[in-house]
Amino acid sequence: MIKCQNIFKSFDGRTVLEDISVEFETGKTNLIIGRSGSGKTVLLKTLVGLHAPDSGEIFYDDKCYTSLSFAERKAVRREVGMIFQGGALLDSSTVYENVRLPLDMFTNDSAAEKDKRVKACLERVELSHAGHLYPSELSGGMIKRAAIARAIVLNPKYLFCDEPNSGLDPQTSIVIDNLIHDITTEYNITTIINTHDMNSVMEIGEKIVYIHQGKKWWEGSKDIILQADNQELNDFVFASAMAKRAKANISEK
Amino acid sequence: MFKFLAVIGRYFMLMGKVFSRPEKAGIYYRRVLAEIEGLGINSIPLVAIISIFIGAVIALQMALSLESPFIPQIMIGYATRETMTLEFSSTVIAIILAGKVGSNIASEIGTMRITEQIDALEIMGVNSASYLILPKIIATVIFFPFLAMFSMIIGVVGGYLISIFTGVVLPSDYIEGLRYCFVLWNVFYSLIKMAVFAFIITSISAFCGYYAKGNSLEVGRASTRAVVASSITIMIFNLILTQLMLT
Repeated sequence: MIKCQNIFKSFDGRTVLEDISVEFETGKTNLIIGRSGSGKTVLLKTLVGLHAPDSGEIFYDDKCYTSLSFAERKAVRREVGMIFQGGALLDSSTVYENVRLPLDMFTNDSAAEKDKRVKACLERVELSHAGHLYPSELSGGMIKRAAIARAIVLNPKYLFCDEPNSGLDPQTSIVIDNLIHDITTEYNITTIINTHDMNSVMEIGEKIVYIHQGKKWWEGSKDIILQADNQELNDFVFASAMAKRAKANISEK
Repeated sequence: MFKFLAVIGRYFMLMGKVFSRPEKAGIYYRRVLAEIEGLGINSIPLVAIISIFIGAVIALQMALSLESPFIPQIMIGYATRETMTLEFSSTVIAIILAGKVGSNIASEIGTMRITEQIDALEIMGVNSASYLILPKIIATVIFFPFLAMFSMIIGVVGGYLISIFTGVVLPSDYIEGLRYCFVLWNVFYSLIKMAVFAFIITSISAFCGYYAKGNSLEVGRASTRAVVASSITIMIFNLILTQLMLT
């Protein structure tokens, strides 16, 4: 479980997050949704520790992350995996080396054990054939899958994903969404995904938090989001022509 | 002035992070070897080409300037050796490497910053500053003095070749000049200077790249800032080291 209480964050006097309190559940895919510039990426980066909140507290299970020492935070970070928007694979390393890096840095496993673990992770994301390739040689979907493999190689307890399917076609997006969802269930981890893709919301949104103008505007799940009585959320959910048409069809029936 | 002091403070804070205890020594060892190849060995052709031509030009200019019969011809070899040893092979080569290696380091680390690769390392719990910068510093501080030594040798060979091909000085006089009043300390002075310059180039360039923000334009600006700041700092330290070591 990851919980934040009364989080405030501002940059150069401009408030980006205002009094955000929310609990993200273990074993579920938790989604942070909102328009571009709503503050969802800042919230995700604050939760993961890349930004320090101006005030408020963040809990990783029973540990208050905001009051931990530098060394204690480092220990928590080793239980965290993150998938960045662009993948953030190291350009100078192959896919295999990227996935192996956390093992080399933080475990004392033998070379054979590391090799076995890396191969298992690459197989899990269906990239067994691409270990020798460099990130520049991969497609967008393959980069995301390699990033997922790197994120899960140390068996994380917490997984953060910043717009994991941005720039991908709808079919590949669904593959990535389902992969993250399956991994979440398989390893019973707390997954937080930052997205504005309604397809993801309807596919895997077991818990959804809607952020608008830096504030938490709505909280629920994919089962109730279409019936939500919230104008800003409805504007966001039914923004696309396809969603508007589907809504009109439902209303007609 | 306050902004300048803030930048200096950030630089020293970054260096504190760079020199903190590394996570796994074995990984750093492999990275140092890779950086020696990338930043050092790959610079050999450039250093060789520049040094051989400069050595030849110095010998030629000395020969054309020393027309007086009272000045012995061996002074041409002597002047070529002294110029290469004292100044060219350390300071001028360092300025050239600031352009080649410095911009390379700043743009590499700057790109890693804006594409969130550094954030990814931090999330993993890796000390990104140490992981990325320390191997580069160790590699250049170890290898750049070898480049300086190589430049000295190639430079005097350039002068020797010009004496053979043009006949402005007898090759035997040139060789005698190379041996005349040789002070070994001058070579050490030059190598020590180069080690200091290597640290300056690598740390300043890495600093400029590490704190790059925004987009690819910023990476370009960071790269330019790295070359300018490294070059100016090299000049200042050249003066300080010369004052300390030669007077």
